Amino acid sequence: MTKRIFIFAFGAMLAAGFFFGQTKPYKVLAIKSAKIIPVVGDEIDNGTILIRDGKIEAIGKEIDVPADAQVFEAKGLCAYPGMIDSFCFLGLQEISGVQATVDNRETGRINPQVRAIEALRYDSIHIPISRSNGITAALVAPTGGLVAGQSTLIKLDGWTNREMVIKRSAAMQIEFPAIRGGRGGFGGMGRGQAAPSDPAKLIAELKDLFHKARSYQKRKEFAAKNPALPIPGFDETSEFLFPILKGDLPVMISVHSEKDIRSAIQLVKEESLKAIFFGVEQGWKVADDLKKADIPVVLGSLYDLPPVWEDGYDSLYRNAGILNKAGVKIAFSSASASLAKDLPYHAAKAAAFGLDEKEALKAVTIYPAEIFGVDKLMGSLEKGKSANIILADGDILETRTNIKKVYIDGKDCDLSNRYTELLEKFKKRT
Amino acid sequence: MKKFLKHILVCGASFVLAALPILSAGGSLVIKNGTILTVTKGVIAKGDILVVDGIIKRIGENIAVPPGAKVIDASGKFVIPGIIDSHTHIALAGTNEGPEAITPEADVGEVVNADDTAILTALSGGVTMVHTMHGSANPIGGPNVVLKLKWGKPSEELIVPEALRTLKFALGENVKQSNRTISFGGPPPRYPQTRMGVNAIIRREMFKAKTYMEEWDRYNKLKASKTPPKSLLPPRKDLRMEVLSDLLRGKMVARCHDYQATEALEFMNLAKEFGFKIACFEHAWEAYKIADELVAAKIGISVFADSWAYKMEAAEGIAYMAGYCAKKGVLVSINSDSGERIRRLFNDASKTMKYGGLDENEALSLITINPAIQLGVDKIVGSLEVGKQADIAIFNKHPLSAYTRCDMTIIDGDVYFDRAQYLKDRDEADKKAQAPKTNGDRP
Repeated sequence: MTKRIFIFAFGAMLAAGFFFGQTKPYKVLAIKSAKIIPVVGDEIDNGTILIRDGKIEAIGKEIDVPADAQVFEAKGLCAYPGMIDSFCFLGLQEISGVQATVDNRETGRINPQVRAIEALRYDSIHIPISRSNGITAALVAPTGGLVAGQSTLIKLDGWTNREMVIKRSAAMQIEFPAIRGGRGGFGGMGRGQAAPSDPAKLIAELKDLFHKARSYQKRKEFAAKNPALPIPGFDETSEFLFPILKGDLPVMISVHSEKDIRSAIQLVKEESLKAIFFGVEQGWKVADDLKKADIPVVLGSLYDLPPVWEDGYDSLYRNAGILNKAGVKIAFSSASASLAKDLPYHAAKAAAFGLDEKEALKAVTIYPAEIFGVDKLMGSLEKGKSANIILADGDILETRTNIKKVYIDGKDCDLSNRYTELLEKFKKRT
Repeated sequence: MKKFLKHILVCGASFVLAALPILSAGGSLVIKNGTILTVTKGVIAKGDILVVDGIIKRIGENIAVPPGAKVIDASGKFVIPGIIDSHTHIALAGTNEGPEAITPEADVGEVVNADDTAILTALSGGVTMVHTMHGSANPIGGPNVVLKLKWGKPSEELIVPEALRTLKFALGENVKQSNRTISFGGPPPRYPQTRMGVNAIIRREMFKAKTYMEEWDRYNKLKASKTPPKSLLPPRKDLRMEVLSDLLRGKMVARCHDYQATEALEFMNLAKEFGFKIACFEHAWEAYKIADELVAAKIGISVFADSWAYKMEAAEGIAYMAGYCAKKGVLVSINSDSGERIRRLFNDASKTMKYGGLDENEALSLITINPAIQLGVDKIVGSLEVGKQADIAIFNKHPLSAYTRCDMTIIDGDVYFDRAQYLKDRDEADKKAQAPKTNGDRP
């Protein structure tokens, strides 16, 4: 019997070793001699992080390492919390130009019922690439139309979509139109016009939807209390919009121009929504209003041109610094799938144009954790938090830095990916 | 409208001013105390560069400032050769000829648009020279052109006459129109629709060009003979064939847009079959699979650092490619192909240190001397050397740091972008905008 248990346990260990790639499973892991940048709290030179059951059990300079602990000697490496991409299409988009592989954009304009998690391709080629660059969690968002659907917050590890869930529904994605023109491609900046959209129309449309959802909810509640009243027919839009009105689900509003941002702030106030803004390219013009409204901002990709030429060539780059100085909570995003790995460089670019470097780091770690309400769980290296840890040979916002280890919930992740697989394959060519 | 124009003027002023010889002080300037990354002659930790009449006259320490010369203080900053983009489409009034497959007569050099604000975008990222190209809608596109980004000057003055004459070819999905939705009542699909057809149509045109050349050679020979036949008539002139003849005679080189390894290898076979030279494959996302062949054939690649997976044929593009191929001995440049990415080519180059393990100088070469060699202008630009043209970019931090920023861009010794001036202009504009308005301001 004991022999059978032993064989079973040994087999399980082998299997785990096979599936998880590289290291033996451990009970307790001690990462020793690392320079620890916990993001919250002071840097620790030559420190130790103790991991048990996927959580950080202890962190500091003088840590007693249990005798049975597996030890990883991290001399010369820096330990950072895993980064969080606050808006991306990981798992929803493989080859952006091939419709068959694109699942982030539903047809129609009002789609509160669609959930990113339910289409998430857990074995996307892009997820391991992001993970190997130190990104351990991401908000995956649907896009398009006025109400795009429900985004999901995932960790970048798991064998099924549901295993990756941190928050099944993280936010309802609502979109104001982008500022037209001035975008990448072959042309230059300055071809755009200041937003021609009519925010009043969109606001009216949203308010109408909200009104319907509230009255639908009321009729449902009345019918539940009073059997004499008819149960209202199922109204999909109202059903799935209501959680944002109840305050159970935040809204993430993609909003770009100064005028639209002001309108969106007003809407959030009037409807008492729990809101996060996304994009916010002209946020620097309304930084104080955003601060006053206490709405956090997820910045769109900085791989873009200023929406209008008169904003100045560097307006997207300095936006983050201005918002941060005004006291607005900011986070960076890749707004991509194939280049989601570049998240840290958006933060560094903002730092080149006025954002404090430490704040830049926070805006890819603890700030997004706070924005999505998971800061008790992640976003920094602190006792009791999930062991989402990156070991790097330098500053993780620097391009040339190499990520040597990535732990997600304490699991030593496989860092191989599509890039390395193809490289190794063709290196063997004779 | 007036407000809009004023903003444009103000924001553009720091670029526009540069076109006036305000900072060039009679064509002479000295950049003082910068860390100079020459690319070809090592690094000078703290040095000066003397420029006279747009040419680098001296590089070294403690260079005396000639009387009247403008001084640019580069203390704590990094001075590098102006960045060269080996593949872009900016500053053009047109790039593609969709309805026809074969258009070698369509020369983008004839539609240079010196007013394209993308030039300013590029300057703000330290770019001084571009190879601006015919698009990729045609198997045989047309001639490309090399420009210096001298904003404010007429188009003719932007063109770099020393550069190689290049002819754009394109293979794969774009030319076989794979991503085009065919609508009812729309134009019928254009031949070719397969990679077989793409190769076949290029071969057909090469045969035609060979025949055309033979006809002209025969005519010229007969005409030059002592007794030319009375009925001798010149062959009909064909502008398409004229361009292809130049390619076959070695007066032009091919720059070929490709993605897959097979189509690249087959294009190399075509080049061998007809005896023309391929300077460079563009994008070439599978070049790492055929690096040995590229080295043997002395063909370079002009590629993205990592922009990939946007279409099927880009699905196996790996960020390691540029570094891997460079180490194998392929002449690699990193290009933008975009009016946006063009202002952060230095960021893209730095990625090859992480993916591919290039050192700083090798990484910097991908956007300076390597594209210069690909364009045949390495004798005049691409590195900081005495005698070369003073195309220079100055960065506040090491140009391969993610935290870096371009502070100044100089072409032929004239300052075309100056961030300090831009900030000054912006502050003044902000102050003016905030000042109480008087009736006199009314339009």
